[in-house]
Amino acid sequence: MLNSIKLYFRFLEISLRGQMQYRASFIMQIIGQFFMTFIEFVAIWSLFQRFGSIKGWTLVEVAFFYGLVNVSFALSEVLSRGFDTFAGMVKSGDFDRLLLRPRSTVLQIAGKEFHMRRFGRVLQGAIILVWASIVLNINWTVDKIILVLFSILAGICIFFGLIVLQATLSFWTIESLEIMNTLTYGGAETSHYPLNIYRKWFRRFFTYIIPIAFVNYFPVLVIIGKPDPLGTPSWLGWISPIVGFVFLVVTFRIWNIGVRHYKSTGS
Amino acid sequence: MSYIIVENLVKHFRIAKRKPGLLGAFKGVVHRKFKIIKALDEISFSIEPGELVGFIGPNGAGKSTTVKILAGILIPNSGRCVVMGRIPWKERVANVRNIGVVFGQRTQLWWDLPVIESFELLKEIYRIPNTVYKNNTEELITLLNLMEILNTPVRQLSLGQRMRCDLVASLLHSPSLLFLDEPTIGLDAVSKLAVRDFIERMNKEQGTTIILATHDMDDIETLCKRIILINHGKILHDGPLEKLRVAMSDERQLIVDMIMENYEIDDPDAKVVRRNGHRVYLRFNPNKVSTAELIKRITERHPIRDLFVENPPIEEIIAKVYLEQDKL
Amino acid sequence: MIAYWTVISARYRMLLQYRAAAIAGVVTQLFWGFLRVMIFDAFYRSSTITQPMSFENVITYVWLGQALLALIPLRPDYEIRNMILKGNVAYELIRPLNLYWLWFSRELANRTAPTTLRSIPIFILSMLFFDLQPPTSLLSAFGFIISIILAIFLSSSISIIVNISLMWTISGEGVSQILPAIVWIFSGIIIPLPLFPDCVQPILNFLPFRGIMDTPFRLYMGHIPPDQLLNVVGHQLIWIVILIAFGRWILNRGLKRLVIQGG
Repeated sequence: MLNSIKLYFRFLEISLRGQMQYRASFIMQIIGQFFMTFIEFVAIWSLFQRFGSIKGWTLVEVAFFYGLVNVSFALSEVLSRGFDTFAGMVKSGDFDRLLLRPRSTVLQIAGKEFHMRRFGRVLQGAIILVWASIVLNINWTVDKIILVLFSILAGICIFFGLIVLQATLSFWTIESLEIMNTLTYGGAETSHYPLNIYRKWFRRFFTYIIPIAFVNYFPVLVIIGKPDPLGTPSWLGWISPIVGFVFLVVTFRIWNIGVRHYKSTGS
Repeated sequence: MSYIIVENLVKHFRIAKRKPGLLGAFKGVVHRKFKIIKALDEISFSIEPGELVGFIGPNGAGKSTTVKILAGILIPNSGRCVVMGRIPWKERVANVRNIGVVFGQRTQLWWDLPVIESFELLKEIYRIPNTVYKNNTEELITLLNLMEILNTPVRQLSLGQRMRCDLVASLLHSPSLLFLDEPTIGLDAVSKLAVRDFIERMNKEQGTTIILATHDMDDIETLCKRIILINHGKILHDGPLEKLRVAMSDERQLIVDMIMENYEIDDPDAKVVRRNGHRVYLRFNPNKVSTAELIKRITERHPIRDLFVENPPIEEIIAKVYLEQDKL
Repeated sequence: MIAYWTVISARYRMLLQYRAAAIAGVVTQLFWGFLRVMIFDAFYRSSTITQPMSFENVITYVWLGQALLALIPLRPDYEIRNMILKGNVAYELIRPLNLYWLWFSRELANRTAPTTLRSIPIFILSMLFFDLQPPTSLLSAFGFIISIILAIFLSSSISIIVNISLMWTISGEGVSQILPAIVWIFSGIIIPLPLFPDCVQPILNFLPFRGIMDTPFRLYMGHIPPDQLLNVVGHQLIWIVILIAFGRWILNRGLKRLVIQGG
C-alpha cells in the first residue's frame, strides 16, 4: 500500500514535469479555465438580478452549493485524466502493456496524467465557496470544517467513479461515450443549484442512481444551517458523504468486471 | 515439470458485424451479430527452462494470441495453460513479475522521459531491489552499449537505439521468461546483429527462457534450435529447425531491379518466378550454383540497378509444410 | 469556386458518417435541455415581476439552442491543429487555392454536418413533447431561416480565427480556450440574452456573438418582430465581413511569420 502511494506520487511527478515543459501554454489554459467558469457564474448572477431568488434560495446560498461541487468536480478531473482518455488506450492496445506489469491497473491509469489545467476551475470554485461562506456568516466549528472537507473528498469520489464507469464502458464500445458527460458535467451542473428546485424524477435520479445529493445537497444544508424543504432530517447531512466512498468502491468492482471482459475478448 | 505447459488451448474471437446506416447503428446497440474467428484451435506444446523457441507464422496466425494467454492478459475459451506453476490469467500480477515482454512495434518506455528515468520508473513498478537494479543496469547498459544515450528522451532515439533500450527495460527485473515479438522488425543490419547477439547471450549466459515470435527467417536460423510453426490457430510443426528445412528446400530468391522495364533475364540456373515493372524475382538453388557466381553472371550480362538475395517468404514454407503433411 | 464547393461537400459527407456520435449527442442535448428548462421554471415560479421574455418563449429558446448547439465552435479543427503543430501548413500553400477560403469551406462543413444530424431529432422531439412552439408566423419562419444561414457563416468566421490563432503556439492556446467560452455565453446558449441585466444589453447587442443563436431564435418566436429583420440581419452581415477580413489579415501575418521562421 505504502509502496503504491509512493509509486503514484512518482507518476504524478513525471506527469507534472512533462507539463512544465510547456509552462506558458499551461498557465494560459488555467487562466482560460478560470475565465470560462467565472463567466458561467456571471450568468447565474444575472438570473438572480432578474428574479431575486429561486424557490426561496438566495444567490449566496446557491453559490455555496455551486462552489462546493465545482471544487470536487474539478479536483476529480485533475486526478482522473487517465481514465478520461482511457478509450484511446484500449483502441491503441496500450492497455495490454499495463496488464503486463505487476501493478493494479487502477493505480497505473490514475497515475498516467495529472491534469493540472483543471486547476482553473478548482480555484474558481474555491473563491466562490469562500465568498459565500463569508457573506453567509457561517459559524465555522471544527465539525463543520471536517464535514466540508469530507464532502469535497466524497464528491471527488463520486465524479472519479463516474469517469471510471465511462472508462469501463470503453471495454464494450468506444463510441457514444459522450453520453457519460450528462452524468459528470451534467451532475456537476445540476448541483450548481439546490436539488429541491428540480422535478421529482430528476431529484430521484441524482439521489438514488447517481448519489450526488449525498455529497452536496444534504451536507450543504447542514453547513449553511437550513432545514431541507423536502423534509429530510438534518442528521442525514452529517453522514451522507459516506455514500460517495461507497460509490467509488462499487465503480472499482465494475471496473474489474470490465477488465475481465477485456481479458476474455481481447478486443 | 515443464516450464510452460499448453494443452488443447482454444481461443475464439467474436467480431461484431456492423450494419450500415442509422437504423443499423441503433440495431447494433440492441442486438449484434457476430462472426466467430478461431484464433487458436486446440494447440498443445510445452517448453523447458532455458529453451529458446522460435514462434513463426503469418500475421493473424495466432502467435500473439498465444503470447497474450501465456502472459495472462487474455483468457482462453478452453484448454490448460500453466506458466511456472501458475495459471497466468488467474494470477496476473504474480505471473508478470517473472516475465519480460518486448513488442517490436511499440515501446514500453515513456516517450518524453530520458531513457534512464524510464528504467528508474520500471524499478519502482517492479519493486526491484537496489542491488539487483544496479547490477542489471550496469551489465545490460554495457552489453548493449547504451551509455551515451541514457539521458536522451526516448522520442529522439532511432529505432535501433530504442529497441536496444526496450530490451534492457524488459530485463531489468531479471525475468526468467522473455517474450520477444518481432524484435528486429524495421532495424538496420547492424542493429539486427546486435539484437540477435544479445538475445543469444541472455539465453546462454543467464539461462533465460525465450519465446521469439518473428517473421524474419534469418532471426530464426541464427537463434532458434526449436521452431513452432503456427497457422490458422494450429501448430503445423514443432521441432528442430532442420526438419523444417526439408520443407523450406534450399531455394533462395534473387530480386533484381532492372534499368529497363519488362526486361528478359535468362539464365540456365535461375528461374523467373515473378516480375513487377522493373523488378524481377528469380529462384535458384545455391547447391547448384553459388550465389556469388550467379550474381556475377547476371550483372555481366544484363543492365541492372540493384539486387538482393532473400529466403523464400514464410507463406511459401507454410504452403510446403502443408504439402508435406498431405504426402504423409 | 467549384473547388471550394467540393471541399465543403466532401467534408460534409465525411462528417455525416459520425452517426453513433450524433445519437449520443441528441441524448446529451435532451438532458441539458431538460436541466435548463427546469431551472428556468423554478426561477419563473419564484418571481412575479414581468420579465423581458415570457417563460414559454424561454422554453422555445432553450430547445432551439439545444437543437442547433453544434453551430457553436467549441474546439479547434483537429486536423488543422495537427497540421500547424507538425509544421505542415506550408504544404497546404502548394495547392492552387486560397488557404483562408479552403479552411473556411472546411469550417462550413464542420458546423453544418453535426448540426444536420442532431437538430432534426431534437427539433421533432421537443416540438412533440417538450413545448417547443412553432414559429409565430410565416414571416418569422422566413426570418429565422435567413438568419440561421448567416449564423453558419458567422460561426465559421469565428471558429476559423481560433484555428488560425494556433499558429501562435502560446497565445493560440489561450485564444482557443477563451474565445469559445465567450461565444458560449454571449450567443445566448447558457441564458437567453434578454435575461442579462439591462445595463449590459447595449454591449450584447453590439457584439457579433448574438448573431449565432440569439438573433435567429428571437426572430423565430417573433420576439424580434419581422419588420426588424433587415436591422438584425444587417448586424450579422456586417460582422461576417469584419471577421472574415480580420481572419484573412491574421492568416497572412501568421503565414509571413511561418516563412520567416522557415516553417
